[in-house]
Formats: sequence, C-alpha cells, structure tokens
Amino acid sequence: MNSVIEAKNIVTRFGDNTVHNSISVEIKEGEIFGVLGGSGSGKTVFLREMILLQKYNSGSMSVLGQDINNLDDSKTEELRSKWGVLFQFGALFSSLSVLENISIPLKEYSNLSKDAIKKAALMKLQMVGLPIEAAYLNPSELSGGMKKRVGLARALIRDPKLLFLDEPTSGLDPKSARDFDKLIVALRDALGITVVMVTHDKDTISTVLDRFIILGNKKVQFTGNIEELRQSGDENLKEFTDGK
Amino acid sequence: MTKKQGHYMSVSSQLDIVNGGNVVTYLIKGPWTLLHVTKLSRQIKTTTRNKKVIFNFNEMTDFDTHGILLLLETIKKLESQKCTVEKIETNEKFISLYEVCEKNFPKDMKSPPNHSGIGDFFYNLGKTISESKKTLINFFSFVGGLTGAVGILALKPHKIRFQAIFYHVENSGIKAIPIILLTSFLIGIVIAFQGAVQLEKFGANIFIVEMVSISVTRELAPLITAIVIAGRSASAFTAQIGVMKITEEIDAMKTMGFSIWDFLIIPRVFGLMISLPLIVFFADIISIAGGMVVAHLQLGISFEEFALRMQESVEIKHVIIGLIKAPIFGWIIAVLGCFRGFQISSSTESVGKYTTISVVNAIFWVIAMDAVISVFLTEMGL
Repeated sequence: MNSVIEAKNIVTRFGDNTVHNSISVEIKEGEIFGVLGGSGSGKTVFLREMILLQKYNSGSMSVLGQDINNLDDSKTEELRSKWGVLFQFGALFSSLSVLENISIPLKEYSNLSKDAIKKAALMKLQMVGLPIEAAYLNPSELSGGMKKRVGLARALIRDPKLLFLDEPTSGLDPKSARDFDKLIVALRDALGITVVMVTHDKDTISTVLDRFIILGNKKVQFTGNIEELRQSGDENLKEFTDGK
Repeated sequence: MTKKQGHYMSVSSQLDIVNGGNVVTYLIKGPWTLLHVTKLSRQIKTTTRNKKVIFNFNEMTDFDTHGILLLLETIKKLESQKCTVEKIETNEKFISLYEVCEKNFPKDMKSPPNHSGIGDFFYNLGKTISESKKTLINFFSFVGGLTGAVGILALKPHKIRFQAIFYHVENSGIKAIPIILLTSFLIGIVIAFQGAVQLEKFGANIFIVEMVSISVTRELAPLITAIVIAGRSASAFTAQIGVMKITEEIDAMKTMGFSIWDFLIIPRVFGLMISLPLIVFFADIISIAGGMVVAHLQLGISFEEFALRMQESVEIKHVIIGLIKAPIFGWIIAVLGCFRGFQISSSTESVGKYTTISVVNAIFWVIAMDAVISVFLTEMGL
C-alpha cells in the first residue's frame, strides 16, 4: 500500500507556545485514520497543516506524493482538487442553497454541463443519506446533522482520493452519529478513498478507525489500532478506549 | 480507485459500438472520470432500439462516480428504448461503486418555479408592506422596552453600568474625534470659502463671521458629526449585537438573568447620548477655526476681528440649539443600531443586510429629525 500522507518531525509553535514537538505519522492508502488527543493537544492544528490552512515551523510533510512546503500555484490547485474537507460545523455557504453548495466545486472547476452537474450533485446528496427534497433548502433551514451531511456531499463531489473530517460526529445525537460512522465506512468501501479524521467519539474510535495516533504533551503518544491500545494498558491513554 | 495506473495516459477514454445484428456491444475503453465525462457524453449515441446491448467494461482503466453516472444515464435511456442491457464486468470495486450509484441515481427533479410576473409583483408589494408594519410595531415595542428599562434603572441608580457606558463613550466618542475634527475643519473651510466669494461682491466681508458661526454651530457641526458617528457606530452596534445573537451569547445572558437592556442597549444609547454633544462642541470650535483661517487669508479679517465680531453679533442660542440636537441624534443612532442588531438571524448574509439597513436608517432619521427641529424652532422664533 502506498502512503498517502507522510509527516516527519513536524514542529509547530505559536509564539513561545510549542504545540507539536517532532510529530511523525504515515497514513496509508484506503485507511480510515484518526487523529486523537485531549483538548488543546493540537489535533485540529495538525489537520489544518495537512490541508494547507496553516504552516508548520519545521519538519516535512507530503500529501498525495507532493511536498506541501514546496508547491507552486498550479500544483497547489491540483492538490486541492484531489481532496475534500468536511469542517466541524459543515461550513456551508449560507447564501447558497443545498444543491448550489454541493455543485459549486464542479461549477467552478469542471467542464460539465449544467444538467450533468445537477445530476451529480443530486446523486451525492442521496449518497450521504439525505432526501432529494432537501436540495432546494437553505443551510439555515437544516439541522446540525443535515448540515454535516451536506458538507460531506460537497467534500465528495469531485470524487476526491482523500477526505479530511474535523470531528464528524460531534454535536450529533447517538443514532445520527452511528449512521454517520456507517456512512463513512460505506463511502470508503465504495469510493476507495482515504479518510483522515479528528475525533473524540469513543464509538467512532473503536468501530470505524483502522489506525490512529494520539497526540498529547506535544508528542505522538501512541500509534496503532484499538486492539493494540487496549493491550498496551497505558493508564494515561485509557480514556480513549471505551474505559471498560 | 485506479485499476491500472500505468494505462492512465496510454488509452484515451472512448466508447466503441460494435454492431452485430441483434446484439450490439458497447466497448468502454480508457478512463471514465470527471475529466473525461463531457467529452464522452458528446460521443455517446443512443440510437439503438429493440435490441440486446452488451456493455463490456474490461478495457476500462479508471472510473469514478461521474463516469458511472454517465453510464447509468446511457443504460437507462437504452432501457427506455426497449433494449435489454447486459454488463460484462469483473472488477469488484467497479461493481460495488456501480451499485451504490445505481441505488442513488437521482430521479428528475424540477427546480422551484422562479417568481416573476404581475401577480408576484403585487405579492411582493403586499409582503413588503405587511413586513414593514411588523417591523414598525417591533420598533415601537423596542423603544417602549428601552424606556421602561430606563425608568426602572432610574429608580435603582446603583444598577447603572457606568463602566459599560464609559466604554462606549470612549469607543464611539473619543476614538471618533480625529475623523470628526478633520471633517468639521474642512466643512468650516468650504462654507467660509464659498461665502467669501459672494460676500466680497457686496463688500460685506465682515458678515462671513455670522455666516460661518451660525450655520456651523446650529446645523452643520451636529449634522456632520451625527452622520459620521452613524456610519461608525450604528454599523458596529448592529454587527456586535447580531453576532452575539448568532453565537447565542444573548440567550446565555437571558438564562443567567442578565437584562439585555441594562447590559447591552442602555450603555450604548447613553454612551452615544453623552459623547455626541461633547464631540459636537469640538466640531463647533474646529469648524469655526477653519472659517477663521479662510476669512484671514481670503478677506483679510484678522482672528481678533473675527472673534470680536462673533462675540457681538452671534447669539449663544445657536450653539445651544446645536448641542441640544446632539443627544437626540445620538439616541436615534444607538437605538436604530441596536434594534437592527436584534433582527439579525442565523445567516451570515443577514449580518451584512441589517448592518447596511441600520446605517442608512440612522443617517436618514438623523437628517429627517434635523429638518423637523429646524422648522419647529424657526416657527417658534428661536
């Protein structure tokens, strides 16, 4: 399996405050990979570094084979077209309808006809488990869970190779959260994408993630899967297993 | 999802149709992905009718949901033309993705009708009127609530939040002084300069003093100050309160039993009502100074002469009238700014909409109120 993301010795500082002190990680193609850690451990910062929203101070990181510290404009655009990002609260464009939100990446970056764009957007809308009638609603008329699903449909519209999710199940009721987990796994199986997610959700950790890292104390505390974490018996990391 | 990465560039994506009597074979070749879909959709011809069609996917090198969507559309069209469709495919990933797409194939969906025409014109007109009526009633209830809250506060003066009031005096008043001074200095110069040209023709040079002093202190300084403050503070109040509403800060305050009147609105209203007269006073001085400079340079009236003449012939009532108008303008600006802030709902768009409305409203009502006061006082002989 090829590795999709490779980070080596990443150091991040905000002023005098060191957030990451030499973090290394390798994410393989087709896996669902979790970035875990307590509040303030720099999970979201790490995710933002992968998607070019934030710079790290030193170290090297390559995403889909590209060294992200060394990209010209056309390569940046190419890279951005190969991934989809779901933000914590969906980050839907509030001036556009659901259908327009989903189809806008295609409208801007593809040569598809209007009709084809609409069909593709409606298909993605159904894939994420929303009724087709939701297409002409405005984001302000949606519940939190629906917003996340629309955000996911928008992230998936260009068939990305790589999907980033920032706390996909936070703020959802338990049933919606489990449905969302199933959806992620189903999409990974169907579309063959690699998924990188930041999460707190213990059920997601034990049922969905193939592998994960736990950040803490500016370092990577653990890399592996849930079985390995349970066997390691590390007291400090017990909170991330289901605690039983 | 690339099946054979190496073939990616070598095989161009295409659809070959092999006609064999009753059986037609569609050969799918090359990558069928987002990049190629438009080109492919032009190539595809679906004229086959009443025949058996075999789709052969064995030479397909890459696929994604967009390519599959195009295939699905083609197949559905053929089926509607009474063809029987068979698929030859061995790649499991393709089969599973194809099934997902087939399950979610969108049925035809009409966009909601666009409103246009004469009926909709009247519908929108009626809607605007009924909404304006609602807004007006809400505004009166807002003003009523504010007055009530001020009344309650007057009975319990220890509850007045002086710190918040002075915070707003500083932010909306003191920090606006530089721009106000610059604006009013320029206004003084403009009035004096335009007047000087006309007065010189009559040899009535000295009347420049009355002209500048009265027009500036009575009308222009309060008006210009209020307009600048409306642009600065009405927008700020609306946006602050609107964002507090979106982030549920206002709900949090309500549940903790903090009165939004005492915490948010009264400090803003009083802050502007206190600071506006003070700024207007500065603006009076500076714009008269602007007039003095022009009078000196253009008409040869010295600063002493100007001051002496002002003392003799300009009554203090003009300054006082100007200063009395200032808190009224401050009230209008702050109340409209806060009121519009509470109308902001959850979307980011409404922040922009109501911020614009609040500034336009504030400027309009300041000018309208100025006109009313002007007519009223002149009729009373003041």
